[in-house]
Amino acid sequence: MSTTIAQRPQLSGQPSDLVGARLPRWAPIAVGALAVALALGIRFALGWTGWGTAFFTAAALFVIILTGWSFSVEGVRRAKDRLASTLIYACFVAAVVPLVLILSYIAIRGIPAFSVDFFSHSMNGVTSRREGGGLYHALIGTLEIVAIAAVIALPIGIFTAIYLVEYGRGKFAKAVTFFVDVMTGVPSIVAGLFVYTFLLLGFGARPFGAAGAIALAILMVPVAVRSSEEMLKLVPRDLREASYALGVPKWRTILKVVLPTALSGLITSALLAVARVAGETAPLILLTGYASSINFNPFSGDQATLPMMVWDQLGKRSGTGTSDLTEARAWGAALTLVLLVLILNIVARLLARLAQPKTK
Amino acid sequence: MSTDGDNTRRNLRVGSDPDAALERAAAEHGTAATEAAASRLAERAAHHESATDTLTPPPADGDRHADTGATGGGTGISGQSVRLGDRVFKGLAAGSGGILLVVMAAIAIFLVWKSIPAFTDNEGNLFTTQSWNPQGTPPIFGVAALLFGTLVSAVIAMVIGVPIAIGIALFISIYARRRAATALGAIVDLLAAVPSLVFGMWGLYFLIPNTQGFQKWLNDYFGWIPLFNNATATTAAQYGKSLLIAGIVLAIMIIPIVSAVCREVFLQTPRETIDAAWALGATRWEMIRTAVLPFGRAGMISASMLGLGRALGETIAVALVLNSGFRINWHLTEPGGDTFASTIALKFGEAGGNPVAVAALVLAGLFLFVITLIVNSIARMIIARRKEFTA
Repeated sequence: MSTTIAQRPQLSGQPSDLVGARLPRWAPIAVGALAVALALGIRFALGWTGWGTAFFTAAALFVIILTGWSFSVEGVRRAKDRLASTLIYACFVAAVVPLVLILSYIAIRGIPAFSVDFFSHSMNGVTSRREGGGLYHALIGTLEIVAIAAVIALPIGIFTAIYLVEYGRGKFAKAVTFFVDVMTGVPSIVAGLFVYTFLLLGFGARPFGAAGAIALAILMVPVAVRSSEEMLKLVPRDLREASYALGVPKWRTILKVVLPTALSGLITSALLAVARVAGETAPLILLTGYASSINFNPFSGDQATLPMMVWDQLGKRSGTGTSDLTEARAWGAALTLVLLVLILNIVARLLARLAQPKTK
Repeated sequence: MSTDGDNTRRNLRVGSDPDAALERAAAEHGTAATEAAASRLAERAAHHESATDTLTPPPADGDRHADTGATGGGTGISGQSVRLGDRVFKGLAAGSGGILLVVMAAIAIFLVWKSIPAFTDNEGNLFTTQSWNPQGTPPIFGVAALLFGTLVSAVIAMVIGVPIAIGIALFISIYARRRAATALGAIVDLLAAVPSLVFGMWGLYFLIPNTQGFQKWLNDYFGWIPLFNNATATTAAQYGKSLLIAGIVLAIMIIPIVSAVCREVFLQTPRETIDAAWALGATRWEMIRTAVLPFGRAGMISASMLGLGRALGETIAVALVLNSGFRINWHLTEPGGDTFASTIALKFGEAGGNPVAVAALVLAGLFLFVITLIVNSIARMIIARRKEFTA
């Protein structure tokens, strides 16, 4: 209330005793235009060639002029406020710009590679100098490996979450919580190295798809635990108590009341966990090898995945003539991977939104 | 009633075995006041009564449960099977948690065990040698350059990324209108899911060619600071795969994560504190400085630590934008630089079947594991302390 009263005189353009002098509303726009004009002037006067320097000069001029003007008219507190606001807006722009650039850049580079053949053929027999080839083998590998990882990780993750929410008390639960957090921070390459030393060195096995799936499962479990835990905590206590009051044992309460209530949330967290690991490359370099032909069997022989196909094609680019072909395929595979991950994420979030009313 | 409940709860905490504590609580009060274990308590309480009351034989106790515990289905649930089902289910749940602990322990054990040859067969000094030739005869390698590259690239990422991430979090949580904030938050969350490989490719194909001018500019005008000096390049085209670029790519990668956590923390700032600041006539920045930032300090620190952990362990993006050199080079704009993670990925093919070479890479993994473990533990401790503080 007080703000509207205090602002009213200013809106009508009348000076007021209650409010100190303020800059006009159009001040930032005017200063922005002035800064751009000045920067362009400097650019032509000094003969700069690039636009980057001019852009940053304009930005710096904007900050300095606006803050200085504000300081002289409004005083130091308002000037600080304007400076902070400008910087916070700038932070936002500084982060959103590269992130938008990344997505648009990968779309621009990747879309030309897309064709029906690209999605229905493998790279079998396609050398770096030849056209054609596709990511079918890698798509199969990624889907199989991620599916195996999910089959391993999700039950462990959800059961651990159940333990922490429904049973967890005492030192053991505290240790589990702590190590779930620590596990979240385990670098993917370390998970890969562990499976490599354990499975491939320990048993003398050749690289195969499911080995990569185990590493991905290790990365997936903590994500799954964390998000499932949040979902289970959302289940109202009243529901559990009502079930207990009817004499239903605890495990049936969890199975028949808690889990169904949290189901859509649990699906969301599962999809997010899957999306989190689908793009992992590092452990697969050590564990799955790379085959340019189709290998449907994740338990024997090298198996291609989308990230590994990108890695392989990037490694094969050499010279200028051949690099175009391999690079185009690498970008095509990378774009497919990004689309896969983004679709998983969007579906998960839509499900979460659908699930929301139920938790109230 | 409430004191009964409190006593029960205290007993639950005091007792080492929750079942025993439950029984004791039930025995003392004969009430089913505990929220979480209401059914079990009731069961134990009933048991207690039936045990003292000799008129009711134990089998009848089971029958009574079969009646009251009917959850549909033809077969009744006797007290025995209730306890068995609970025990099995609890065992499964606790076992899953146990698997996590086993896996963490196994990671540590295997990394230490399999890196032993790297300690014993190394002819160089592990900590000071600036080269990486574990498959040579004699094998000579050291982690000095890797440690340097890992820490420096992560520090650059933090210096650039964390302030920007906090700025974004403030923008989303305080400056933006609610609907815009929801959409922006969703976008930032989506970007956190973009695979690191894609960031690396973008860095390699877009960022490096487009920042050569910037790196040259840094050298031309700030070359008197050794960090920005590049003695090897004369034209802009010779700038490129430097630690500085790796740091920038990492910064872009950690921004979504750090800002997502910070945003959550800022949104939890108590409404009263914010209103109090407004009521005292604070400007928006003063409100942020006096209300939002102090409240979110621990959250910001732990978010930064999480970002640091990710930056330290990032593999592919760094491997793509760095030129391997295996020497400590403080000139950040000069090409070169290695991190633990990128070395493992890049040198794995060369290592082949050579046991010492593999052991050396496992050793690099062990270092990385320990460093990220320490960073994450510190982050968790800060969060835990804040919880204590607010509670």
